Amino acid sequence: MSAANSDHSPDSHDVDHLGHEAHNHGSFKSYMIGFVLSVILTAIPFALVMTGVLPTQATALIVMGFAVVQIVVHMIYFLHMNSKSEGGWTMLALIFTIIVVVIALSGSLWVMYHLNTNMMPTHDMTQMVG
Amino acid sequence: MSATAVKTASNPLDDKTVFYLEEEPHHEEGASTMLGFWLYLMSDCLIFAMLFAVFGVLGGNYAAGPGPKELFDLELVALNTAMLLFSSITYGFAMLAMDRNNQRQTLAWLAITGLFGLAFLGIELYEFGHLIHEGATPQRSAFLSSFFTLVGTHGLHVTFGIIWLVTLMVQVSMKGLIPANKRRLMCLSMFWHFLDVIWIGVFTFVYLLGMLR
Repeated sequence: MSAANSDHSPDSHDVDHLGHEAHNHGSFKSYMIGFVLSVILTAIPFALVMTGVLPTQATALIVMGFAVVQIVVHMIYFLHMNSKSEGGWTMLALIFTIIVVVIALSGSLWVMYHLNTNMMPTHDMTQMVG
Repeated sequence: MSATAVKTASNPLDDKTVFYLEEEPHHEEGASTMLGFWLYLMSDCLIFAMLFAVFGVLGGNYAAGPGPKELFDLELVALNTAMLLFSSITYGFAMLAMDRNNQRQTLAWLAITGLFGLAFLGIELYEFGHLIHEGATPQRSAFLSSFFTLVGTHGLHVTFGIIWLVTLMVQVSMKGLIPANKRRLMCLSMFWHFLDVIWIGVFTFVYLLGMLR
């Protein structure tokens, strides 16, 4: 099958075949690196929130930062993302998805925040009682 | 150009210009499955993004009901996170055993992954039951509606992941680690790790930031 085909299209098929075989599932080492990093990146935010050692604002920023880093760690070490898999198409789809997600999330929060502040009558408790 | 034309004219049957491939380029069976599955995961990501957006907008509307501080038990969430993280690494070990063509080890690691997944689901259902018992039902406030929708959708994904996992364990034990089964295991691997990625968002934005609100 492979021999017959390589005469036919020597350019693409062999590369594709090799790429398919070399589907990288990571190694024991890479899984362990990912796991240890994830444990650290999970434990620190939980500890910060549970103990409350830092001011709220700082804690929130650190927690969000750790989440972003951990998502990247998972992408690289568990999902084996790289710019070369499937000829770069997975990365392209990922980038497109991230763009859509960022627009949808930031847009929703922004619009709804302004809607809340502009449309809601300001609750003035003294007037309501009277 | 003119040479071709002459040639075509002289021998119309042999050198006819064709606009289709005489022989389809050979595609290995399932060669595009991984890309297709990745695209599905990306669209699933959009579903979760919308649910996160809803939670982001409605997460503060308690309707004079209980808020995250009264409801959430972070130790339970930490335990849940650990279960999902362990299941991720054990699925990784299953994939490594699959690469070595070791069917028994693959099945064993898959079974352990399934147990961690069940533990995660059990803890989540216990948490949901506890909340509903306290009166914090999805109907109570917009915050709780969006909370149950977001976390429930993730839990539903894990449920289907476990069903899929058991199905694949049966298939592997019946047919062995044939290429088709390896491909399926690779798809489930992506699905499983993807769910762990979504859970990072859930525990960060729903639970941890909820406690800080």
